[in-house]
Amino acid sequence: MSDTPRNPVPDPAVVREEMLKAYPAKTRKKREKQIVLNDPDAPPQIGANTRTIPGIITQRGCTYAGCRGVVIGPIYDIVHITHGPVGCGYYSWLTRRNLARPEEGQTNFMQYCMNTDMQEDEIIFGGEKKLAAAIREAYALFKPKAISIYATCPIGLIGDDIHTVARQAKEELGINVFAFSCEGYKGVSQSAGHHIANNGVFKNIVGLDDTPDSGEYRINILGEYNIGGDAFEIEELLRKCGITCTATLSGNVSYDQIARCHTADLNCVMCHRSINYMAEMMETKYGIPWIKVNFIGAESTAKSLRKIAAYFGDKALIDRVERVIAQEMLALKATVEEVRPRCEGKLAALFVGGSRAHHYQDLFKELGMQIVSAGYEFAHRDDYEGRDVLPTIKVDADSRNIEELDVEADPQRFKARRSPEQLEALQAGGFTFSDYEGMMREMDRRALVIDDISHHEMDQLIALYRPSIVCCGIKEKYIVEKMGVPCKQLHSYDYGGPYAVFTGAANFYREIDRMVNTRVWSMIMPPWQKQPELGARPVFTPKPRRSREEASPATRGRAVRPVPTETATTN
Amino acid sequence: MNPPTTATLSIPIAWQFQPGVPDAQPALGVAGEGRIASEAPIHEPRAATRNACKVCAPLGACVVFSGIENCVPFLHGSQGCATYIRRYLISHFREPVDIASSSFSEEDTVFGGARNLRLGLANVAGQYTPQAIGVATTCLAETIGEDVPRILAEHGAANSGGPELVPVSTPAYAGTHVDGFHRTVRRVVEHFATPTPPHAGINLLPGFVSPEDLRHLKELVAAFGLPCTLLPDYSDTLDGASWPEYQRVQPGGTPTRAIRRMSGARATLELGHTLLGSGADTAGRWLHQTHQVPRMPLALPIGLRETDAFMAALGELAESGCPDDIQRERGRLVDAMVDGHKYVFGKRAALFGDPDLVIGLCSFLDEIGVRPVLCASGTRQAAFEPAIREVLDHSEADDLQILTGADHARISEVAREVRPDLIFSSSKGYPLARELEVPLIRVGFPVHDRIGGQRLLHVGYRGAQRFFDLIVNTILERRQDRSETGYSYL
Repeated sequence: MSDTPRNPVPDPAVVREEMLKAYPAKTRKKREKQIVLNDPDAPPQIGANTRTIPGIITQRGCTYAGCRGVVIGPIYDIVHITHGPVGCGYYSWLTRRNLARPEEGQTNFMQYCMNTDMQEDEIIFGGEKKLAAAIREAYALFKPKAISIYATCPIGLIGDDIHTVARQAKEELGINVFAFSCEGYKGVSQSAGHHIANNGVFKNIVGLDDTPDSGEYRINILGEYNIGGDAFEIEELLRKCGITCTATLSGNVSYDQIARCHTADLNCVMCHRSINYMAEMMETKYGIPWIKVNFIGAESTAKSLRKIAAYFGDKALIDRVERVIAQEMLALKATVEEVRPRCEGKLAALFVGGSRAHHYQDLFKELGMQIVSAGYEFAHRDDYEGRDVLPTIKVDADSRNIEELDVEADPQRFKARRSPEQLEALQAGGFTFSDYEGMMREMDRRALVIDDISHHEMDQLIALYRPSIVCCGIKEKYIVEKMGVPCKQLHSYDYGGPYAVFTGAANFYREIDRMVNTRVWSMIMPPWQKQPELGARPVFTPKPRRSREEASPATRGRAVRPVPTETATTN
Repeated sequence: MNPPTTATLSIPIAWQFQPGVPDAQPALGVAGEGRIASEAPIHEPRAATRNACKVCAPLGACVVFSGIENCVPFLHGSQGCATYIRRYLISHFREPVDIASSSFSEEDTVFGGARNLRLGLANVAGQYTPQAIGVATTCLAETIGEDVPRILAEHGAANSGGPELVPVSTPAYAGTHVDGFHRTVRRVVEHFATPTPPHAGINLLPGFVSPEDLRHLKELVAAFGLPCTLLPDYSDTLDGASWPEYQRVQPGGTPTRAIRRMSGARATLELGHTLLGSGADTAGRWLHQTHQVPRMPLALPIGLRETDAFMAALGELAESGCPDDIQRERGRLVDAMVDGHKYVFGKRAALFGDPDLVIGLCSFLDEIGVRPVLCASGTRQAAFEPAIREVLDHSEADDLQILTGADHARISEVAREVRPDLIFSSSKGYPLARELEVPLIRVGFPVHDRIGGQRLLHVGYRGAQRFFDLIVNTILERRQDRSETGYSYL
């Protein structure tokens, strides 16, 4: 039963062994490295960003999904053209729930899915002509500022030169046209697509417009994709604090905003995995330092705001930020006090993305829930263990396939945002730049950390921990729920959200309360079905509605009778 | 303009910004400033598909393999194909859908994916112990010319006692999910059916319908006392109950032993108007040619006439009349149509989606006096237009537009001209319905903005009854919502 977690919580070492023992030796050897017991003081090495074994059903997507679907798709006034047969374009058509609120007069192409829909003869004779014609059509129809082209698997194989087609189209049409070689087979997951997208956006958009925003304290939010309206909430909070958000990469963002985002004075990184490349390249070329932030969870949001204020070091800003935090925390207090008693002590597990499985732990902790296990789909070791392990990560053949841009300081536009003395003073005060500590340092000792979890492991995890909730994506959602445990999707938010900052936290608390405490989880087994033996599939052990002592006179007879007579006789 | 707050609300949608602006195509090779170098309009066929009204062929294959008992669908290609198709099927069926993949890496595209395929098959066999693995190819495997049947044959020979391995070729650049579906049904039958002594059972090949449709079809056939092999049968696998314990493969589906015996059946009922013609290379035709099983091609039983024809066929096979219960169901439907036709008569409808579904609905709408003014399919089929004309039987509207191989952008352009009162389509018709301010009645696949897409009943008298009530009530609700006085007695 999902609402009665195992007490005491099982030994994670035992759970790990239960997961591993079903595997043949070779698979076991690989999975052993990807399932580790946590130590927050000295995170153990975890196997991550390695190839998925063929035939193991995985949560992971492909390079195209990471590039077109995740990083670039949310730029709302670019016309995106998927070059390839029909499937990939269709599947990435509005499926990520990244919302946009274009300014008046701006165009929004997010509802639009353009595809070259390659047919057999074009696979044989090449699709460059068709692509060129599609670009012209897109231009003729919309006159967009920019057109972006994405290659799917067959394109790389037949050797269509999409970059040349893009360059010619750019000359011909006089607008920005650029292409991404993000064929699905490159890399081991969508992570490769993030890197390719970062490179392309950096090369083709960032730095095209040197006009700075007029506001004070200019920052960019990197790695925030505005799922369910998170970026709207973050922007609103920053506005209250008097901080100017030049661009959010990539959520609710226009081409023009990205073109001038190098004029900001600080990059704040939300999802380290998908966008650290951009942060590093912008720092090298333009001198913008980056810090890790997290706007998921009230405490983390407060911490992130304070960090931004401390960076600028202006007393007026610091005071204003403190006032906003105090107000928001006060507004949140009633919700936490109401919800927490119903959630406290329950167990949760999170397996999602490359940063969300870390960020969302804060919200659960604020409800007093315990994270027994967590893991990413496509993260690398640094997202688990922290960036200090970067020098020790072996670059394998798959990662080598992805281009590393050779970036240098821009002779005209590089400007150090802070003097060496200022930086030293900040760092002396405990301020860290260009750093991400990773998920493990913030998790409990001996919590189970599982990279790229498989179905089998998920099944074992549910049976042994009986968590009250599992967070993952739509592909796992219904498996988890079939087994009687509520599942919160943290990719699409189950059509809910926003969950970011203080206002979003209130939404999340309420939703988790509703999910873990709804009555349906206690009704999965029909009352006439025999109660399973103790120890057999405990997830489904039906619980009597009330104990004998608590039963009201009206229900006393029924509550303790194992077989309701009415149903039994009519059957 | 108030800023919209969600993606689905962020209209005006892109293609509305410049409606009717003459499409201009710059001349080739004009460089520099020439923003619009010539005024030449874009002619059909267009190079780009804009908001496709079709999905890729491997998706159809995966649906079929999901409807075979203890069978795991497997895609030979990049893992993204399996992931994308899973997430799309799951958002419609709201059920677990497991599709394995050979997870090609860059070097496999150079040296071939046979090693990955064999490893993947071994892992699926080990983890799931399935009876069958259905291996569909993707663009990637087809483009590099993988000989999947040979690899499977060798792998099967080296691993005797393992699962049956069924290959099907489904590159997305040749046909759509509908083609992938029918091709896979045929491949499955070819693979399993073995010479069998004649028996009393019938074969029923329903096409890509909903799990609720499959359940109802089984119920109807059973009412005539006919033993039946329904292929595929994903009525449980893609719309199942909660599990008492973890299921590696969803319970349900057509048993492979039943598929083996399809060759001895009394007849094959093959549903789908577009499969009626002589050109279609279907499973039913193969069973007829190879095993002399009589083929009875029928339209999908949507609406009164096509369901009557289906019942007549069942009656003929069972050598019995239509059971009383079903006759009463028909009676209630006709009674309702008489009672309610005043509300729907003369309404104009736009329908788009999979060809056979559109043809079936078109036939039904014609029966209740709704005039189809736009019938469109994303799958290009020569049989589509003649079929629409045939079911309308000279009663078609003067301005009826029929499009085949159309995308949603083209469908929307035509819909703006013909001004329908109602739209019937998948969830992908929502932006158009919103723009035209007309109701959308969701049918077919995918339905991802409402719950219960897997339980939509399209077929039989009961399906027609549900649709009829839904159509009438949708019209009444719209009228009521828009009336100034707010009548509650209609």
